[in-house]
Amino acid sequence: MASIHLTVNGKPYAVDTDPQTSLLSVLREQLDLTGSKYGCGEGQCGACTVLLDGKAQRSCITRVGAVSQRLITTIEGLANGEHLHPVQEAFLEAGAMQCGYCTSGMIMSAVALLQRNPSPGVGEIVNFMDGNVCRCGTYPRIVSAIQKAAKVASAASAAKGAGR
Amino acid sequence: MSEKTLPRVPMEPERYELAAAAPYHFDLGRREFFKFLGAGLLVVSVLKPAVIAQESGGARRRGDSLPKEIDAWLHVAESGTVTVYTGKAEMGQNIRTSLSQAVAEELHVPIESIDMVMGDTQLTPFDMGTFGSRTTPTMNLQLRKVAAAAREMMIGLAAAQWQTDRQHLVAADGKVTDPQNKRSVEYAALTKGQQLTQTVTPETPLIPAANWKVAGRSALKVDGRDFVTGRHRYPSDQKLPAMLYGKVLRPPSFGATLLSLETQKAEQMGATAVHDGNFVGVAAASTELAVAAIAAIHAEWKSEPQPSSKELFDYLRKNTVEGKDPTGDGDRYDLGAVDQALSSADHRLQQTYTVSYIAHTPLEPRAALAKWDGDHLTVWTGTQRPFGVRGQLAEAFRIPEEQVRVLMPDTGSGYGGKHTGETAIEAARLARSAKRPVKLVWTREEEFTWAYFRPAGVIDVTSGVRSDGTITAWEFHNYNSGSAGIRTYYEIPNQRIVFHAVNSPLRQGSYRALAATANHFARESHMDEMAHTVKMDSLEFRLKNLKDERLRAVFEAAAKQFGWGKSKAAGQGFGMGGGYEKLGNIATFAEVHVDRQSGDMKVVRVVSAFECGAIVNPDGLRNQIEGSNVQGLGGALFEAIEFDNGKVLNGRMSEYRVPRFSDVPVLETVLLDRKDIPSVGAGECPMIGLAPAIANAIFDATGVRLRSLPLVPNGLKTT
Ligand code: FES
Ligand code: FES
Repeated sequence: MASIHLTVNGKPYAVDTDPQTSLLSVLREQLDLTGSKYGCGEGQCGACTVLLDGKAQRSCITRVGAVSQRLITTIEGLANGEHLHPVQEAFLEAGAMQCGYCTSGMIMSAVALLQRNPSPGVGEIVNFMDGNVCRCGTYPRIVSAIQKAAKVASAASAAKGAGR
Repeated sequence: MSEKTLPRVPMEPERYELAAAAPYHFDLGRREFFKFLGAGLLVVSVLKPAVIAQESGGARRRGDSLPKEIDAWLHVAESGTVTVYTGKAEMGQNIRTSLSQAVAEELHVPIESIDMVMGDTQLTPFDMGTFGSRTTPTMNLQLRKVAAAAREMMIGLAAAQWQTDRQHLVAADGKVTDPQNKRSVEYAALTKGQQLTQTVTPETPLIPAANWKVAGRSALKVDGRDFVTGRHRYPSDQKLPAMLYGKVLRPPSFGATLLSLETQKAEQMGATAVHDGNFVGVAAASTELAVAAIAAIHAEWKSEPQPSSKELFDYLRKNTVEGKDPTGDGDRYDLGAVDQALSSADHRLQQTYTVSYIAHTPLEPRAALAKWDGDHLTVWTGTQRPFGVRGQLAEAFRIPEEQVRVLMPDTGSGYGGKHTGETAIEAARLARSAKRPVKLVWTREEEFTWAYFRPAGVIDVTSGVRSDGTITAWEFHNYNSGSAGIRTYYEIPNQRIVFHAVNSPLRQGSYRALAATANHFARESHMDEMAHTVKMDSLEFRLKNLKDERLRAVFEAAAKQFGWGKSKAAGQGFGMGGGYEKLGNIATFAEVHVDRQSGDMKVVRVVSAFECGAIVNPDGLRNQIEGSNVQGLGGALFEAIEFDNGKVLNGRMSEYRVPRFSDVPVLETVLLDRKDIPSVGAGECPMIGLAPAIANAIFDATGVRLRSLPLVPNGLKTT
């Protein structure tokens, strides 16, 4: 047991746990951040995806001891108060979910993708997202949600550019 | 439908629904409801309408004559909030939304003012469970009636208040309005300070589908925001103060018995160890500790030799339990004289088709949180049958059902795989010894091994066909996979259709669309084989032998959208499959591309035409159809459980391939809206045409006929 300092969604936490414990268990059991889901425990489904310094990371295969210096963002930290992130908004509008169990992982992966490339083509979306499983089969809607979010983001940045 | 057409009743639709009857039914009394909800209007049913009684397995229920029994369905509070109660469970079919739409439509209230309480055995009327695509045809109708009864009551109250004829009043937007005298009153005001009860009657007028304003339109998931923000608490996310985490020690193989056990070390680590018969488990302060404690247990087991997936199909054929059919009803259908017709046919064709066991793999594994208060048990769990699980818990702990409450938070899907309460029982057993609430979430490996599977099966088809393309004889034997969708909808004068029950080597149960997937795969593949034998176009051949108008309509609509008959490039292949199931009609056309060098096979495009009566939520419907096709791809192309000697050999996500983004073809959906036909569900039927459509398209591309599902677990060998 050791005290590990974490920064999650901008907030500092100190948790007493074995550094080998998975980040996913710590988020869910100790910090009560249950938006990140368990789906496979071996990095195969993406349900547990969080952002580590802005990059998508499978928290089920991430040891908590390895991330104390990093900025961790979970689905709970994505919206700005009541103001949803454009990707969240796009998932809602596109109806890109059935049971929704994959949704937080999908959204976190999509946010990471758009940070890397603000206007990805379908091929890139499919490639990047291929590690995220949706058993309900909503893939086509998720692709269109991501395209929608990309459009909104590029329109917003264009507007910003024009205002300058 | 012509008189000769077979009635649309499958021989035995739900053999594998694993439905154990819940023998009792205890609801809150009317007065308790008002105490609980506050004043307002309560809509109840005293005697269930026949349709709901049927749905709920009413015939098997013993509590029906209890005088105190009432079912409370809908409450309009003094605040105007409408609370609706249904025992149905939300697992991604979006029925929370479509049922809300139905209520909003009939009651004339904004959809946002509706709070839907679902799958809580203490608060909602008894319900047999959420499966068989029954929610839309039955619960949707029931809630419309309930909401209409409330609306009529509101109009009556306003008429009394204004002392006017109710004919002059209209209900809209949560108000009753008197347009002539330009006055209106909110529902909330009408119910102020009162405890009103209204009973649902069959006479309550419903709004015809053609006049729907809210239902029949696409609606966003009512609580979608909770899902995109991670706020929604699934069963596996539930938490209580002082809760412990559970873990079960699994035997090394199916059916193994415990010989010896040493749990001292686990207890020394601070875990509560529980040993009860063959059940061994622990409860500890964290999952991590529970896992460590389980690892510290020393147990010896005795295993029996068991068959393997390599010899599965032989095994199924040889291990029938003829005459031991658990349901005891007819497993065969005979028409005309099959043997004579077969021997006198111009062409006679005999083929065997097989399907493997597959796993539902719901992304959220089974989970339960159990808590005891004295001898009262409360369990939050992900199940399609909260009332059935309540019965299982009562039985397991030998307590009356009224001491058990099961709640079903909206769950991470089921696909027919979450009918049973094993996780709930395990969590409750641990909680009883630990004297604290215990949560148990199965690992993916447990889910792959200790849940149940879609039945594997062998299907033998023998057919006779005239040179002009008329089918004259049809003999169809299904071993084990099930009898859903076993009857043929083609017009054939001589038929013999038999289901053979088998002692399944693996635990098996319901799966989205049940055996209809296997039976349609065999039938629709065989249809293609016959068409080729008589050198006829597959579509023309089907239509020649098909009278059912609704089915013809979907085949024709899909063919048109697909462009059936267009020329194809090298490596390209086209195929179709279709049928009806759960009263829905589907035709699926597929385009595949096969690279003969590498053996790579890709499903490029899928067109589905679907008709399920009047459409309630077109967008939700498209979502279900797309989802069926994507999920169906897995079973069609690569999913199969491998097992040997009582062990699953590929029980991990890294070893069991499920469809991913890159597998998804272009999906096109044609919806046929029949406003004149009552709505039926769509969670299952759309899946059944896909596998045969792909198999037929592969044949079209390569001349290779694949007769086993999955079709191409390791790519396509064409040489
Ligand atoms: S739970 Fe982490 S990838 Fe599946
Ligand atoms: S919506 Fe159910 S797993 Fe994706």
